[in-house]
Amino acid sequence: MSKEIVVPFGPQHPVLPEPLHLDLVVEDEKVKEAIPGVGYIHRGLETLVQKREYPEYVYIAERICGICSFIHGMTYCQGIETMMNVEVPERAEFLRVIWSEYSRMHSHLLWLGLFADGMGFENLFMDAWRLREHVLDDMEATTGGRVIQGSAKVGGVRRDISSEKLDEMVTGLEGIRGELKDMMDVFLFDSSVKSRLRNIGMLSPEDAYELGAVGPTLRGSNVASDVRMNGYAAYDRLHFEPVVEDGCDCYARCAVRAKELFASIDLIKEAVQKIPDGPIEVKVTGKPEGEYFSRAEQPRGEVIHYVKGNGTRNLARHRVRTPTMANIPPLVKMLQGCELADVPVITLTIDPCIGCLER
Amino acid sequence: MAIEEQVLKETALADLHKEVQVYHNRGFRLVQVSCSMVEDSFELSYSFDKDYHFESLRVMVPAGTTVKSISGIYWAAFIYENEIHDFFGLEFEGMSLDYNGTLFKTAKKFPFANVTFRGEEPCQKK
Repeated sequence: MSKEIVVPFGPQHPVLPEPLHLDLVVEDEKVKEAIPGVGYIHRGLETLVQKREYPEYVYIAERICGICSFIHGMTYCQGIETMMNVEVPERAEFLRVIWSEYSRMHSHLLWLGLFADGMGFENLFMDAWRLREHVLDDMEATTGGRVIQGSAKVGGVRRDISSEKLDEMVTGLEGIRGELKDMMDVFLFDSSVKSRLRNIGMLSPEDAYELGAVGPTLRGSNVASDVRMNGYAAYDRLHFEPVVEDGCDCYARCAVRAKELFASIDLIKEAVQKIPDGPIEVKVTGKPEGEYFSRAEQPRGEVIHYVKGNGTRNLARHRVRTPTMANIPPLVKMLQGCELADVPVITLTIDPCIGCLER
Repeated sequence: MAIEEQVLKETALADLHKEVQVYHNRGFRLVQVSCSMVEDSFELSYSFDKDYHFESLRVMVPAGTTVKSISGIYWAAFIYENEIHDFFGLEFEGMSLDYNGTLFKTAKKFPFANVTFRGEEPCQKK
């Protein structure tokens, strides 16, 4: 006779180095219900807007997460710039795209490595992280930081990249593209990988949309939604189409991330070709007043920085809705009815970032 | 930079469910629910998106009011409503998944509720 038991998963779990807890109601090795628990590392960063003036708060916004750090800073800056009607120089917008796409590559390669590790594929894990090092090296060379870039600022960016370095970066990325193709052959066509991912963690397009999924979780369910299509920064001057897969399973979400790596290389290449000369920042004076929901596409999906100014140097409110938060309800849905052994892989496919979630 | 046009519509608390249902019927997805304090009131923003068209509903909730959850319309709203409850202390009724104040385990109860109606001084002054 089957018996219903509750299996606690996390917050400390070898396959998931993020403090996410799941209460799994299990019967006959099948998950009947999963109740997520977060809140182990909440830092209360949002309340710091009352203590830090809006230009220096960028440093805090960047420290929400160590993976999509630059995009957090940039999205916050975009919100302030829109409120204050600041026109950012075109060169700065292209530089923002370049660093955003480098962040995406860094994040996706990190995730692919962790995902391979989660499946027990150590060699693939090390290969993905080896390639990630090239991306981190370029980020360090151009911003000074491997983890926290510190390059975004209200009114533009803090650092420029020389034409020679930009060309060198494109050459390097073309080298990475060749190696990525070899690695993707394993991620996308290896039979053992497929058997772990195909038809696992199903999320229909209707459910994905209805439950508010974002990023590769949404696009892996055949919904072509990507905030980059809004044309923020310089995306409106670049050719870009969202990467979409119709499998609605773990394999599809893995494939979206794998293919987005190539899309990022293409975007960086095009941005380098089109980047204009000129200043990289404008002087911003005054005090923000009004409100704005600033949106951007992080590696994990749509992020929102809500900023509300009250006419002083400190904001009245800053609120971050991270992609992980939006992907928690879809995760609950995906885990219902799955095998207990598939829980780590399914959970990993939303790429949970608890640092972002508990800003 | 292409500036995204955003619609912000104010509504009364009594009409909230009706308005949210309209968004649902029109095929919008729920993007987020957020809360801010305006003096002693809670300012709730419900944001929706369809085909990159972003709209928000704004509702003011006086302190001490219980808000009916929208998770009956958008099931995923439970995550945002639990978050607002844990940070601001605003009560929601009928959430699809109610954590009873344990989603975010903070050192101080309702840390973002910078109000004095509970007989405490604002947390920022402590």
